Amino acid sequence: MPAVSGRRLEGERDVEGNPVIELKHISVAFDGEPILQDLNLSIRDGEFVTLLGPSGCGKTTTLRIIGGFVNPDAGDILFNGKRINDLPPYKRGVNTIFQKYALFPHLNVFENVAFGMRVQKKSEKEIRKTVKEMLEMVSLSGYERRSVHRLSGGQQQRVAIARALANNPKVLLLDEPLGALDLKLRKDMQVELKRIQQATGITFVFVTHDQEEALSMSDTVVVMDKGVIQQIGSPQDIYNEPRNAFVADFIGESNILDGIMVDDFLCEFAGRRFRCVDQGFAPRESVDVVIRPEDIDVVSAAEDCLTGVVTQVTFKGVHYEIIVDVNGFKWMIQSTDCQRVGDTIGLRIQPDEIHIMKKSSYSGLFGDYSSFSDEMDEEPSAPEEAEEA
Amino acid sequence: MKSKAASAPYLVWMVLFIVVPVLLVAYFAFTDSSGAFTLENIARVGQYSNVFLRSIWLGALSTVICLVLGYPVAYLISKSSLKRQSVLLMLIMLPMWMNFLLRTYAWMTLLEDSGLINSFLSLLGLPPFHMINTQGAVVLGMVYDYIPFMVLPLYTVLSKIDRAVVEAAQDLGANGRRVFLRVTFPLSMPGMISGVTMVFVPSVSTFIISKMLGGGANLMIGDLIEMQFLGSAYNPNLGSAISLVLMVLILICMGIMNEFDSGENEGGGMMI
Repeated sequence: MPAVSGRRLEGERDVEGNPVIELKHISVAFDGEPILQDLNLSIRDGEFVTLLGPSGCGKTTTLRIIGGFVNPDAGDILFNGKRINDLPPYKRGVNTIFQKYALFPHLNVFENVAFGMRVQKKSEKEIRKTVKEMLEMVSLSGYERRSVHRLSGGQQQRVAIARALANNPKVLLLDEPLGALDLKLRKDMQVELKRIQQATGITFVFVTHDQEEALSMSDTVVVMDKGVIQQIGSPQDIYNEPRNAFVADFIGESNILDGIMVDDFLCEFAGRRFRCVDQGFAPRESVDVVIRPEDIDVVSAAEDCLTGVVTQVTFKGVHYEIIVDVNGFKWMIQSTDCQRVGDTIGLRIQPDEIHIMKKSSYSGLFGDYSSFSDEMDEEPSAPEEAEEA
Repeated sequence: MKSKAASAPYLVWMVLFIVVPVLLVAYFAFTDSSGAFTLENIARVGQYSNVFLRSIWLGALSTVICLVLGYPVAYLISKSSLKRQSVLLMLIMLPMWMNFLLRTYAWMTLLEDSGLINSFLSLLGLPPFHMINTQGAVVLGMVYDYIPFMVLPLYTVLSKIDRAVVEAAQDLGANGRRVFLRVTFPLSMPGMISGVTMVFVPSVSTFIISKMLGGGANLMIGDLIEMQFLGSAYNPNLGSAISLVLMVLILICMGIMNEFDSGENEGGGMMI
């Protein structure tokens, strides 16, 4: 179950800052294959924005467009309200942290961090001062003369961060920066990056395929698939109010069922009618119904609730993952109580745990755990390779 | 253990055809024709110091010209599309498929006083231009013959430079010229080192090119050695001594270059 950070209140993202980067009607195709289609995105000053999606969804391309490494076929990129389509990367006020750090192998830690300032012909005194500050910020003081080959992955990552921040960018672009680190280090770096972002107030645009990373670090999450933005919102919005079956499935686990809105606040699925909190649909409109596995209460089988047979139970540490067959549709339930395979149990769902979505092109593709197995549930851990030609 | 066994054939080869001959050269260098120990051969090498100097000078000049001409070529090839790269590399290699002697003969007929170039000049009403049997002709021949050995290692290193590193430099504010001076050029140093080695060593010790294009006046060490073994001045002991001194000189040159290379990596300082 993804850990939703409780630090931020809903709606908080809307208050601060003017747009620093705007993408307007951006389209890109590589070799005739569309990568981004009419993408619109506005990023506010000081915001931590995450572009989240599976491999090949266009998130890295979006980042490279902002960085100046890819020219869109159509559309405008605005930086502080000014069009920067034709500005080469070295003239843009943004800096990038690359997927594999891309440190300069022929330079030591000090010279790597100093690179941007040397290019700008800053004074030696200023360079020394800034490099010292930057290395302190990423806890690498004393490593100045170290060759970058002799650093661990996490340390190389820190050098890359220091190198980018030494240029004092308005916006920092991070392309799956934690993808190559192991789990423990990744968690530490998530906290570290968030701390640096809050300390410096720099706008972060962060690319990842890891939904948990996105939810726990961001002010705003942009969920992408097939070159199209599926939903933009705060982590809470994205998790609690997914806009379609793709978002519901990609962010956390979801049971997604075909349903019908019988009336305002009344829907029908799994052969039963349920009270819910949604309204404003056409009479008897077909909808997708999302119920999160942790929102289902297991009760003893009774006439007035859904009943099903437990087919699989997996211990996950914090909870058990229980697959229940209800008239052929397999539900996933996350519960701290263990159930026995073969038992018949009852499922109870509160009205505010039922989330209704309009039908979309993703309807029917996700949300049934019939073919569920642990192997299939594995996160795609390999960093994106196919996305960039 | 397995890997050791696999290298056995080469070890045998190396001992038979490299170690033993080198020892033989050393043996001959320190003995006279009757087989008695002597330092006289080594001492006599000193009288050919002008030949040594000329060889090193012409070899170094050819190497520098190869580097200056070859670097941009290697850079452009590494920047072109993959399909184009293989065609261009093929063109660089193509002359090497022709016999070395034949190529040098071809230059003779081109450069001769009544050769193709001068015939063409006189057709245009221009005065003839003396080229054959000059140092310039020798350098031209060496550059022509050895430039692929400069281009290939440079190309290999340049094409292996991570594109992300170049992008990182652009990202940090470096324009095209600065990216080249601060990233691409320093990172291509290993290619330059091996290119320079692969051109300088055969250039210094060449004998056919200097003989055919340089005439008798531009004797090089290679010619000198050849004369001691096959020519009129038959004296294998002196020839071995000259070879030995040349070997030591080349080793010293390579040592200085490697020192330079590793210094570049360790210090992390900027050469430019």
